[in-house]
Amino acid sequence: MTIRDIRELLGAQVLCGEDNMDQVVLSACGSDLMSDVLAYVKEQSVLLTGLVNPQVMRTAEMMDMRCIVFVRGKKPDGAMLDLADSHGMVVMNTPLRMYTACGRLYAGGLKGEDA
Amino acid sequence: MSQGSGFITERYIVNGDDFHAAGSASSAMKKLLRSIGVPPEAIRRAAICMYEGEINMVIHACGGEAEVSFDGEYITIHLADKGPGIENPQLALKEGYSTATDEIRELGFGAGMGLPNMKRNSDELEMESVLGEGTTIVMKIKV
Repeated sequence: MTIRDIRELLGAQVLCGEDNMDQVVLSACGSDLMSDVLAYVKEQSVLLTGLVNPQVMRTAEMMDMRCIVFVRGKKPDGAMLDLADSHGMVVMNTPLRMYTACGRLYAGGLKGEDA
Repeated sequence: MSQGSGFITERYIVNGDDFHAAGSASSAMKKLLRSIGVPPEAIRRAAICMYEGEINMVIHACGGEAEVSFDGEYITIHLADKGPGIENPQLALKEGYSTATDEIRELGFGAGMGLPNMKRNSDELEMESVLGEGTTIVMKIKV
């Protein structure tokens, strides 16, 4: 699945990284707990979260993630977007809630690492 | 930074005043390791170790210092702070044990995963902590 596909499935708005929409991603995780993301994510993937602070960007950077999707319409500030953009990440937000957003991606073929 | 004969050493100051800035040392380390051609998987493990350590230093110890070296075989991360120390280091290494405040938990950390994550992603971890004086952690990641 490409990041562009994810945008379509989630009806998401792209906040930065528009040039990287055709990258292929193999898995995703949904979490508001960055410690869990650091503990359980193993491959380059997509992070869905409702948490909004710069450590979301840092966590994604440490894990070599390609894309962050903020659920429930959450919107990061300019400094956070600059940080993500400097690492080539795509950042989007969707009005969907976490459960629905994860469900749509899973049904669309993007599995979790434990699936 | 010192560099020569395949060895490299870099020191970082971790500012304890600003949680939002935490991670900048880890980010700089990652960039450095990438620039000298360390394989991505080893970089990722080192980044997790360093980042969890950095977050811990900001949350619990008002910052500290980190020294990262690479000798061609191991990445060594040496973290030192002058914080309150860890009362029970063995308990702190267990998943789920945390003394973090609710404020830190709301920021996505403090679930008692930091030290276990550091242990899981390093090949060796040594920790010394003295109450009232501070904590030193040395992690080695085999490349």
